[in-house]
Amino acid sequence: MSGADAYICGKFRKTIPSVKTIMTPIVSVEKLTKTYGNGFEALKGVDLAIEQGEILALLGPNGAGKTTLISIVCGIVNPSSGKVLVGGHDVVKDFRATRSLIGLVPQELTTDMFETVWNTVSFSRGVYGYKPNPALIEKVLKDLSLWSKKDNMLRELSGGMKRRVMIAKALSHEPKVLFLDEPTAGVDVNLRREMWQVVRDLRNTGVTVILTTHYIEEAEEIADRVGVINGGKLLLLEEKTALMKKLGRKQLRLELTEPLKAVPTSLAVYDLTLAADGLSLLHEYRDGEGQDTIASLLAGLAAENIHFRDLSTRQSSLEDIFVELVGEKA
Amino acid sequence: MNFEAMKSIYVFEMARMRRTLLQSVISPVITTSLYFIVFGTAIGSRIQTIDGVSYGSFITPGLIMLTLLTQCISNGSIGIYFPKFTGTIYEILSAPVAMTEILVGYVGAAATKGLIIGLIILATATFFVDIRIAHPFMMVVFLVLTAVTFSLLGFIIGIWAKSFEQLNIIPMLVVPPLTFLGGSFYSISMLSPFWQAVSHFNPVLYLVSGFRWSFYEIADVNPWMSLAMICVFLVICLSLLGWIFRTGYRLRS
Repeated sequence: MSGADAYICGKFRKTIPSVKTIMTPIVSVEKLTKTYGNGFEALKGVDLAIEQGEILALLGPNGAGKTTLISIVCGIVNPSSGKVLVGGHDVVKDFRATRSLIGLVPQELTTDMFETVWNTVSFSRGVYGYKPNPALIEKVLKDLSLWSKKDNMLRELSGGMKRRVMIAKALSHEPKVLFLDEPTAGVDVNLRREMWQVVRDLRNTGVTVILTTHYIEEAEEIADRVGVINGGKLLLLEEKTALMKKLGRKQLRLELTEPLKAVPTSLAVYDLTLAADGLSLLHEYRDGEGQDTIASLLAGLAAENIHFRDLSTRQSSLEDIFVELVGEKA
Repeated sequence: MNFEAMKSIYVFEMARMRRTLLQSVISPVITTSLYFIVFGTAIGSRIQTIDGVSYGSFITPGLIMLTLLTQCISNGSIGIYFPKFTGTIYEILSAPVAMTEILVGYVGAAATKGLIIGLIILATATFFVDIRIAHPFMMVVFLVLTAVTFSLLGFIIGIWAKSFEQLNIIPMLVVPPLTFLGGSFYSISMLSPFWQAVSHFNPVLYLVSGFRWSFYEIADVNPWMSLAMICVFLVICLSLLGWIFRTGYRLRS
């Protein structure tokens, strides 16, 4: 490697740091509470640090406090107590600095019906205090397959197209942190794919993306970390793979050739469940601790002269984990 | 200061006016022309002059004020109410822009529209009656101060309103009676002493009287009193807005 190459690599490492090397989070939320005027406690002390350049998925049922949390970070809702920093600046005291870093795509499809796509996206850039940049707007519209619609009025667009426009508006001012509040609600498969491509591209340029979703498989597919919110509290925040490993259960299912009346006593140690029809045996184990038990279980079955015609394993999804967590602590 | 944001909001609002040219410009011009024809001919043929000014000329400042007040309140209120209604307000609330800058954008546009329409009506009036402007500078001062004050009032109404009905209550139900009873079409000296006294509680009287003074140097109340009253209304609107922005009333929960 030449000196110049080494320099470039060094520089590369500096400009695109891995998630773990960054010390100060891009968004930091401390002891955040929000009680609305009607007495509803939407947030009951949330602490959250979002690292620069990550994709964080926030999961939670309706009314969990996800939108309130996002709204406070973006400046739409005032916090009752606690502190929120974005890029090291306070969202209340130093709102200009924080808000110019943030792009927001809200949950509701709200558009200026009588404006054209081009004007509404350009307007967003202006409101954020940036000089017009037609080349950038053109790129954003093309990336989101909106270029052919640029002169259409928003009311003429389909729901999916409007969703794209809202994303384009948020990207028009080149945010460093992008909030997507349930971006795939009511969106078809194609747009969903395109949207995730846009999100990945953004992450590659160093943009931090925070999204809320009901589609857990999406969080599973795209997120680096997953947070679960319920009842105004952050129940869990983990790297997705670690979370799956920690909480993920595996299930071994054996389809038997002959129905079994009861689990033989010699196999009782394996914690087996026999299906009502006696034709399948279930064995649950934690990911990574199954190898030895499974081998001896199968040997034990052979010794008892129990034969099976099929065998399958299934890993619990984020959805199972989520349902379990929310069910437990709600 | 986020000048780009103020400019964007202003330009956006002015574009809305271009889109609704018929409703926002042509309709007030036609309405005013009808006032000239009906009032000017029907009543003018009986009254002829008030304080030496022909009736048609006499009512012109009042007609301009009537339209200016209605237009400024409507434009100022719809400008902020519509984003609230559609939900697009999220963008303005989450942008790095202070409430005062948002205010300058919306109220600036509403006042500009009001002024343009006011001047168009003034131009229209010259086709029907003789217009003389004794104090052009003061005329502009009255016009601009009134336009700004009532656009601010409109903005307040737009924030307060929760429905289109509430939005229209003041421009439709409050402004026209006050204008008609505020000496737009007559001099209050023509009223009985009791109704003259009552008229002094009508804020529009001061606006119309001061404005008419800048044209013909005739007034129901001292023009300085008129100017002072407009400034009082302006300060009341600004104080209310100050409170609204501090508390986030109906904008930020």
